[in-house]
Amino acid sequence: MSSIALLAVGVTAFLSGYLLYSRYIATFIYRLDPDYVTPSHEFEDGVDYVPTNRHVLFGHHFTSVAGAAPIVGPAIAVIWGWLPAFLWVVLGTVFAGAVHDFGTLWISTRHKGNSIGTLTERIVGSRARVLFLLIIFFLLLLVNAVFAVVIANLFMANPGSVLPVWGSLVVALTVGFLIYRTKAGLLWPSLGALAVLYIMIWLGQYAPLSLPDFFGFAPTAAQQAASAGDPAAAVDAARVDGVRAGWVILLFVYAFFASVLPVWLLLQPRDYVNSHQLFVALGIIFLGVILTNPEVIAPAVNTNLPADAPSWFPLLFITIACGAISGFHGLVASGTSSKQLDRETDARYVGYGGAVGEGTLALTSILATTAGFAIYAGLDGWHEHYGTWASASAGATAAFVNGVGVLAQGVGLPQGFAVIFAAVVVISFAATTMDTGVRLQRYIISELGAEYNVSIAQNRWFATFIAVAACALLALGVDRGAGGMRLWPLFGTTNQLTGALSLLVVTLFLLHLKRRVWVTVIPMSFLLVMTTWAMVINLIRYWTDNQGALLVVGGFIFVLELWLILEATAAVRRAVAGHAMAEAEPRIPTGAG
Amino acid sequence: MSFTWRAALRRRLRAARDIYEEMYFAPYRSQMYRAYREQRDIFLLLSFSDLLGTPNPAAFYALELYPDLLEEFHQWHLRMGMEQAPEGGFRCC
Repeated sequence: MSSIALLAVGVTAFLSGYLLYSRYIATFIYRLDPDYVTPSHEFEDGVDYVPTNRHVLFGHHFTSVAGAAPIVGPAIAVIWGWLPAFLWVVLGTVFAGAVHDFGTLWISTRHKGNSIGTLTERIVGSRARVLFLLIIFFLLLLVNAVFAVVIANLFMANPGSVLPVWGSLVVALTVGFLIYRTKAGLLWPSLGALAVLYIMIWLGQYAPLSLPDFFGFAPTAAQQAASAGDPAAAVDAARVDGVRAGWVILLFVYAFFASVLPVWLLLQPRDYVNSHQLFVALGIIFLGVILTNPEVIAPAVNTNLPADAPSWFPLLFITIACGAISGFHGLVASGTSSKQLDRETDARYVGYGGAVGEGTLALTSILATTAGFAIYAGLDGWHEHYGTWASASAGATAAFVNGVGVLAQGVGLPQGFAVIFAAVVVISFAATTMDTGVRLQRYIISELGAEYNVSIAQNRWFATFIAVAACALLALGVDRGAGGMRLWPLFGTTNQLTGALSLLVVTLFLLHLKRRVWVTVIPMSFLLVMTTWAMVINLIRYWTDNQGALLVVGGFIFVLELWLILEATAAVRRAVAGHAMAEAEPRIPTGAG
Repeated sequence: MSFTWRAALRRRLRAARDIYEEMYFAPYRSQMYRAYREQRDIFLLLSFSDLLGTPNPAAFYALELYPDLLEEFHQWHLRMGMEQAPEGGFRCC
């Protein structure tokens, strides 16, 4: 299979979805009104509510939702072959993910720019708000833990990325200070920061850095068994665990400080550099595919599955969350984008279009791991890398990074530079998500503290410490971090549950407006069935594998899942029976602006 | 003919550059305005604290500023969660 052909089919499907399906939804289901007074005009304050050009808003929305997750999920899921992953990314984006993003943006716009959490309370009920907070709590807990392990693994596999990643923090802090405290302007310091980052990537090739083993763990029974009587190999495996644990702890120390610093000082300059990196990486991957047209030599459907790999059905649907459908997008759409939408009709371009962009990123991950990485490692090497479920999960980002290295070589970049470049892209995305994730976790802990009158939980430092400690314990709780990637399906599940909850809110609003609901009911039901089914399979595996930490966290998530199904059933029945919904009537349009 | 084509191209390039710049200026502008607004909020709190029941020795002197701060005062009390201007003195709505 030619890469260009696969890319062309994917892009054509995305374009068709955007041009046909989203137009149908915009016209007949959501019935977007160009004259509706959007919250950005009604409550314009120059800070949160700002009418924004649709292309500018698309850029903000896309760079906020695109991160490391649409790269990691598909890079694991290609263990079942490229075809299932490709179909779920394309069909999931067109019929589920993009409808969800578009819907949450629209419903928030129709409700004064309220966030999906507030809308859950108003439209579904006050109990559902607690459910929402708990799902978000687990989502953040898992995403922080998983991304810490992802970054640690990448640092260990690519020591050349350590210098540019940590060096870029100093550069970002400097740029933040220059922009905010001096009259240096915005464009040149930021472009300068990007240039310095690329110089550091180049230097990183010659200055690989690694962390010493501070812990000196003894080999576990499993490591001794795996070493087949070679004590040196077992000690080596334990040393790797020690180094990983060191990185994970260091990353959470960083996340602690990053999440209490002012946003303008670190997060904003970093986001600026990251968004450039995103577009540069996408450009290089696409150009690499077009110029070299590498053969997708990985199997379409992997019939030679390793013994420990679960069946693709239904595990595929929680392995790839972001890149097909992601509840996190609803938080961004209803949290910030809806307050900046200039005209309601822009929701289609920003919401549906942003999800299509995310799907495209997932598509590049499939191409990098099944064409680029397969060329890098050879077909046998590919099968060896994806030889066990554990190695496929732990090595997902390594496969992506090396695959991008091959594609970037086609553009003319030296392979060593390109591999570090790709590693830095994934690490930067994951690290920014961690910063934001820990910050949001702190808010939730403070909110719960305020709810139950626990004053210490409202202390910024204490709340951040609790957030960081909980995530670090979880990251290191599964086989000292070596099994951290086993948390990935749980992250996927909570992300899908957030998406299902948002789709429920949109469905109830559509029922209230007496519109057709199948566009949201079908993906919502699909998600609930698949995630429940997959969670049952996962819980049985955790039980048989004697994985206590996974069993406890998975058990909690499963309870939330059942709770959500009950809430959804009851709310839909109430709505069909014709009970009045809490205030949700669209206001009469009085002209744009 | 070619002149029109070039002018159109130049116009499009300028529009693309504006979008690019705005993408990165907008969040900074918003953050800076937020920081500015926080400072102004403190200033307004100092100026109008007597309306909230806190005795303010500077209230008499701040009186001269009230006409200039009318609109800002209105936005401020809305932001502070008060639908109507606080009781006991200066009213804006």
